[in-house]
Amino acid sequence: MSEILIRGGRVIDPFSSSSFSADLLIREGRIVSISRGIARNGFKVWEADGKYIFPGFLDLHAHLREPGGEEAEDLESGLMAAVRGGYTAVCCMPNTEPPLDHPELVDALYLKARSMGMADLFPVGCITRGRKGRELADMGLLNSSLARVRAFSDDGDCVMDSGLMRRALRYSRALGTVIISHPEDSALSSNGQVNEGKVSYRLGLRGIPSLAEEVMVARDILLAEETGARLHLAHVSTARSVRLIREAKERGVPVTAEATPHHLILTEEDIPGYDANFKVKPPLRTKEDVEALREALADGTIDAVATDHAPHTLQSKEQEFDYAPFGISGLETSFSLLYTELVLKGELSLEELVGLFTSGPARVLDLSPPLYGGEFVEGRVADLVIFDPQASWTIDPSRFASKGKNTPFAGKEVKGKVVGVLKGGRIVYEDEALCE
Amino acid sequence: MFRNRGKRDLLDVDQLDRAEIESLLESAEAFEEVLRRPIKKVPALRGKTVVNLFYEPSTRTRMSFELAAKSLSADVLNFSASSSSVEKGESLKDTGLTVQAMGADALVVRHPMAGAPDKLAEWLDIPVINAGDGMHAHPTQALLDIYVMRKRLGALEGKRVTFVGDILHSRVARSGIKACSMMGMEVAVAAPPTFLPDWLPSGVEVFYRLDDVLRDSHVIYLLRIQRERQVQGFLPSLEEYVHFFQLNEERLGKARPDVLVMHPGPMNRGVEITPKVAESPQSLVDYQVTCGVAVRMAILFLLLGGSGGA
Repeated sequence: MSEILIRGGRVIDPFSSSSFSADLLIREGRIVSISRGIARNGFKVWEADGKYIFPGFLDLHAHLREPGGEEAEDLESGLMAAVRGGYTAVCCMPNTEPPLDHPELVDALYLKARSMGMADLFPVGCITRGRKGRELADMGLLNSSLARVRAFSDDGDCVMDSGLMRRALRYSRALGTVIISHPEDSALSSNGQVNEGKVSYRLGLRGIPSLAEEVMVARDILLAEETGARLHLAHVSTARSVRLIREAKERGVPVTAEATPHHLILTEEDIPGYDANFKVKPPLRTKEDVEALREALADGTIDAVATDHAPHTLQSKEQEFDYAPFGISGLETSFSLLYTELVLKGELSLEELVGLFTSGPARVLDLSPPLYGGEFVEGRVADLVIFDPQASWTIDPSRFASKGKNTPFAGKEVKGKVVGVLKGGRIVYEDEALCE
Repeated sequence: MFRNRGKRDLLDVDQLDRAEIESLLESAEAFEEVLRRPIKKVPALRGKTVVNLFYEPSTRTRMSFELAAKSLSADVLNFSASSSSVEKGESLKDTGLTVQAMGADALVVRHPMAGAPDKLAEWLDIPVINAGDGMHAHPTQALLDIYVMRKRLGALEGKRVTFVGDILHSRVARSGIKACSMMGMEVAVAAPPTFLPDWLPSGVEVFYRLDDVLRDSHVIYLLRIQRERQVQGFLPSLEEYVHFFQLNEERLGKARPDVLVMHPGPMNRGVEITPKVAESPQSLVDYQVTCGVAVRMAILFLLLGGSGGA
């Protein structure tokens, strides 16, 4: 493999909370030299003057739909989308058909992703067999498979049986894995389509009360506190959930949490009529909820930004609102959206945002260097993102690598763009702007 | 009411402004007169085709639209979900486009899911009339109800209408509350709290007992109570609902003597209303049905009359 020289960029290193300007020389998959004024020497050169260099992003929450849902996404299109968004590692959720409840299934995906070489795949295993919420999946066998499953979730469904959830948490203590809760009391959210409130009233759609989430956030925090097992709360969307998590962290409960870009930007008021591209679970909430989530990002109550990338076919979204599936295709827009909405508006520093895409999610999965991430030092694996803060672009789903064109952000102008991605020193994405 | 491509749809009452509602009610008066003639037909929409696309069983609304269209000399096609390709899995969009391609001039849609008429209006170039969608809206019912109230009460400003029953699940109540407010009426609702959304428009007064609002209501508008609400835990029992909310002779005796009793039908006699009250002089249930045809004629004429506008 040949060398790549990245010249003149500014390195943001959330793992050591530092930033500095330097040239980086990449050879055989690793950063071999970090210094100023490295000579071109016939190397392939990326001119990164005025651009930032980040560690590769890690998404804790993506639905890549393989196996079983390949008309909406497959591993290749999903990982291509991930790479375009700056991700060099992705956790794929197990609500596939069949669900990822068996070592052979996760290993097949893991090996396929490894052969593609675009991004590391961390398959999330089911908590319960078949995601049916009745008996535990083979968590230990999944954890000791090739894919080394380190997180379990029945995402898409909540484990409604509190006794079973308690035993899942208890069992996971032996494995050191994390249980990812999809906090949604299905008795409270039943048949709901949008947030319960003035918009559900106006549209005549059944509402999903914020309580449906908060009841389960509270339950799972208590279960984590009692079992001592690590709990991660997926796609947190309400102000009261934030408050519960903040209090739990203050008590020392081993809990982490994620929020999605759409819940950090959009409210129920942004839903234009019956456009199912805005239909997502949990539903878009209120302005007060968005503000609470943003505060929680800034004060560390929320540990990571996760996409909850949920691609769907055009036909499935283009029908009656009630019949359309929940979900937003989010891998290719996440960082630019939050850079535009949070960093450029002064709510978060660039370093903090990068941390929420890298060191934050790595902490959730208990991935520490040298296994993953780690400081920008010579010898580090070259999983890198080049980000051009000057670039302006319009979100155009027809240009997504993902098969899922379902985004509520179509037509939105954003600033800042991922222009180059290295995975293990290999160029996996290169914008035209970078190779002049 | 003016939408994309210059065509007009009727998806909910708030697409019309007050002046448009007034002129619609006026033309309904003329059509009501037509319906009293020996030959109840005018050639206003001769050569036009109206398609009734019903995804939910509804004999009375469909018949009302069919009569309205036929009284205007339009051709009518009825398409109901049970006898259509819907069961073969054809999408709403494809069904709508097919009906349009066959040359329909307007589509009347009833659908169990909120927003289905809005989607069709977005996809199609012909006017779409909402004949009731999920819990969302039922604009033609609201307009005919206002028509009836105005015929009996004269000016509606300051008059109080009380909607009684399952407000939460009722498209009739949602559109009715909007329409009555637009006409300057005072709006109240009476129901158990499980039937009351927290997000009613501001100004709507809430009562947990029908008895508390009987005396001051000019119109008592009863909604149909579905038995399944008991199973779903919204009500302890129909008996308990009857005890607190049924409009019976005793309660009617406590209301204003000139109170109007209305119901969108079909009635559950013995639940929200007793048979005697349903047949009392105060009850306008049959008159609502009669006026429904006239008001729907006015709506069809407004959307289809002449070459795209009345």
